[in-house]
Amino acid sequence: MATDTVLHDDVHHKDGENTDAWSGAAQPFEVSYGKLMMWYFLLSDAFTFAGFLIAYGTLRFSSPTWPVPDFVFKTAPFGIHEWFPGGHAPLIFVTFMSFLLIISSVTMVRAVQEGHRENKNGVVYWMILTIIGGAGFLGCQAWEWTNLIAHEHMTVNRNPFGTHIDHGVYLNADGTESSDIFKPGDSFLIHKDGHGHGHGGDHGAEAGHGDGHGHDAHDDGHGHGAAHDNIRKDVDLKHEYVDKEGFVHRKYKVTEGRDVGVVKQEAFGPKSFGALFFFITGFHGFHVLSGVVFLIIICLNVASGLYVKRRNGYEMVEKIGLYWHFVDLVWVFVFLVFYLL
Amino acid sequence: MASVTTYDEDLLIKEQGYDDHFHEHHHGDKYQSGFITHYIFSMDHKIIAKQFLITGMFWALIGAAMSIIFRLQLGFPEESMTWLKPILGKWIVVNDAGIGTLAPEFYYALVTMHGTIIVFFVLTAGLSGTFSNLLIPLQIGARDMASPMLNMFSYWFFFLAGLVMFLSLFLSTGPFSGGWTAYPPLSALPQASSGSGAGMTMWIVSMVFFVVSVLLGGINYITTVLNLRTKGMTMWRMPLTIWAFFVTAILGLLSFPVLVSGLLLLTLDRSLGTSFYLSEIFVNGQALDFVGGSPILYQHLFWFLGHPEVYIIILPAMGLVSEVLSVHARKPIFGYKAMVYSILAIGFLSFIVWAHHMFMSGVNPFISNFFVIFTLIIAVPSAVKVFNWITTLYGGNIRFTSAMLFAIGFVSMFISGGLTGIFLGNSAIDIQMHDTYFVVAHFHIVMGIAAFFGMFAGIYNWFPKMYGRFMNETLGRIHFWGTMIGAYAIFWPMHYLGMAGVPRRYYKFDSFDTFSHFADMNKFITIAAIIVFALQVLFVINFFYSIWYGKKMTTKNPWGATTLEWTTPINAGHGNWEGNIPTVHRWAYDYGKDGNEFIPQYVPLGENEEESH
Repeated sequence: MATDTVLHDDVHHKDGENTDAWSGAAQPFEVSYGKLMMWYFLLSDAFTFAGFLIAYGTLRFSSPTWPVPDFVFKTAPFGIHEWFPGGHAPLIFVTFMSFLLIISSVTMVRAVQEGHRENKNGVVYWMILTIIGGAGFLGCQAWEWTNLIAHEHMTVNRNPFGTHIDHGVYLNADGTESSDIFKPGDSFLIHKDGHGHGHGGDHGAEAGHGDGHGHDAHDDGHGHGAAHDNIRKDVDLKHEYVDKEGFVHRKYKVTEGRDVGVVKQEAFGPKSFGALFFFITGFHGFHVLSGVVFLIIICLNVASGLYVKRRNGYEMVEKIGLYWHFVDLVWVFVFLVFYLL
Repeated sequence: MASVTTYDEDLLIKEQGYDDHFHEHHHGDKYQSGFITHYIFSMDHKIIAKQFLITGMFWALIGAAMSIIFRLQLGFPEESMTWLKPILGKWIVVNDAGIGTLAPEFYYALVTMHGTIIVFFVLTAGLSGTFSNLLIPLQIGARDMASPMLNMFSYWFFFLAGLVMFLSLFLSTGPFSGGWTAYPPLSALPQASSGSGAGMTMWIVSMVFFVVSVLLGGINYITTVLNLRTKGMTMWRMPLTIWAFFVTAILGLLSFPVLVSGLLLLTLDRSLGTSFYLSEIFVNGQALDFVGGSPILYQHLFWFLGHPEVYIIILPAMGLVSEVLSVHARKPIFGYKAMVYSILAIGFLSFIVWAHHMFMSGVNPFISNFFVIFTLIIAVPSAVKVFNWITTLYGGNIRFTSAMLFAIGFVSMFISGGLTGIFLGNSAIDIQMHDTYFVVAHFHIVMGIAAFFGMFAGIYNWFPKMYGRFMNETLGRIHFWGTMIGAYAIFWPMHYLGMAGVPRRYYKFDSFDTFSHFADMNKFITIAAIIVFALQVLFVINFFYSIWYGKKMTTKNPWGATTLEWTTPINAGHGNWEGNIPTVHRWAYDYGKDGNEFIPQYVPLGENEEESH
């Protein structure tokens, strides 16, 4: 590829000429042009992600409410969340995911180090671990997306994770007030009729706010299980409204403030949450996927002994390493905005 | 006082040149063995530069021809356009009386494509792509770009972008017609206008390819400037052209990715029904299912690219002009370091002024203050540059070659267009001026005409380096004077139109009594535009004629320039220098020093000579 350009890596010192790294025929940052190119590519890629995160900020702060991460991301595969108090494992799964990715950065560092030592087998060993970490992260992301899409029915333009802005009390089937009260900031999930159980969690969910507790729209009382083949649509009852797509919006009476006594129904959360989540984590996931593919290719090249013959040795491993750490760093920001804030 | 320096060029380079062992590795050029690898998929930066230039010229003719068609509509709205039917087909609607009119939706398509083509394909790829490729390796003393392969891809992605855009012109629904800025909702709703469907899709695809091209090119330019300078070529000895290309590449690298972010979100709005840029909206009386999005968000993302983009266009022109002015005035550029710092300052400031394009679009007026201040501060480094150009000319032994004429014309245009920018940069005055012909006049002069002038100066000056022949000087001077006078004739009156409130983008003004008395002025502008267009055709003819039949170059350094590109053989092969690469001992502007007309950069300092800065 680019090997046809001769590197000016041998500096001749001549009388009377001021020679330092910047005086030409040298690499001012002591970095080869290939690595420099990778750095500049990552810089530009950082601006792409910055564009997305600014879009996130703009849309989030123009919404009156925003889903609470502890409530949205409270499920883990294999029912592991059931082991936790209240059956919810807020941010536990994503912590595992992030840990995998960050550990894979550590193994990448070791691979690069072994490259400097010209230890081919060491490079291959640590690169394989890195690939496993990256692939594991992607697997976790696939599970998380599946859970959100298939079980909690979040899509790019529908967000079932709502947040209350009133004090209120849910209504019973006969229209009387139940004992189920909530306050502003409490979260709820609007279920699809007949999909009340599963990974979404049916029990009054702990919202992110200390003493407050979240609510699921779906009343445990009524018949799921066999209800899958009998989904109600567009039914308006005293305690809930089932919309045309089968989503159950629970009804409640406002107990404080200007609208006191008014009966309202749960509304979907801000639409842009789903779009931003899937797009930004998806774009990041795409980077991880590309990284894994390149890691595999380079790992095969290492194993085949290709770089042993090269003048710049295992520099390719370093370049993919730079990329890999960058993808890790971006995840820190994505994690921050979607899971912590 | 030191005596006149004498030197033997060949001997100097042979003995003191920098031996990079290039020829030990390259026995014959394996990359340029056949016609295809030499002229089509070439990795030689000089060939790639020519590819960018000629593709850019192709697009310039198309973009300019489009402007002539919509100028005909504006200047002569009553005249029949039936004669254009063979070219434009169904977009000329002929009525029963045989009178043909330009379809309004195609008028918008023409305006949109004119902007997109000229801004991106001509003045970004055609200008920076051409001269960064040609001059960076030659002037810093490198065999080629850091990665010739990526450099080749850069051109071919540009070609692909152009191909997609070109094909979109032939869609039955027409190309995109919502303005080159592609604001939603016109760009986000496929049903919004005829060009918003397939036309917009192809526009996005084309732009994404284009950004890939810019990034591949830019990463290469930056890396090459940093890592591949020849021995002795410190950053402070680089010609201003290289500084300009270097900063341009950084601007492109940091701003174009944000456009990609914006366009990807736009694509989702278009295809998946997300609401990034769309809020409650009705089309044909029907409420659409969008909620919570912000069209202003798109504008921010777009102009975060869009404003640096105008400096991506003008900085290379500034670099070329600085070099041409100095060479043909036979004087060192005045204030070299001030010029470099100005380029850096302009580059930095260009990132924090973008919202001055959005004063009237609903951004917070208090935020506008911030952008007004930085916009006006940009006038300072710009004025420093103008001052230095004029001072370089002052007392110079000026050779009025075509290149020099265009360089001086550039300074004139940059002043005229720059001054109106100070008006428009004020958010209060912008209330009156926004979206009028005043804006059209401003940006066409300052970044359209001026950038073209810089490009022409570059082409006339470096044509011998590219093709080993000269362009015809007589035709060049006709080209200059006609274009200089013609361009002012086109755009000067537009200021008056704008001050009177004539809005831009309108298809015709028949129904507005207020604007009816401008009909003659519009006619005048259109006639001037046609003449200027004809002169550009003359330039293209001169260009291609000279490639094969121009006056042959007999010496390596016809302009008596100090820079390294003129030390390469007349028709240099891949690798540029046959033997060693020259070693650099001085800056690029030793003209008229110690009684020497000029001292090239590879000549060592004399015994009592001090290095100039």
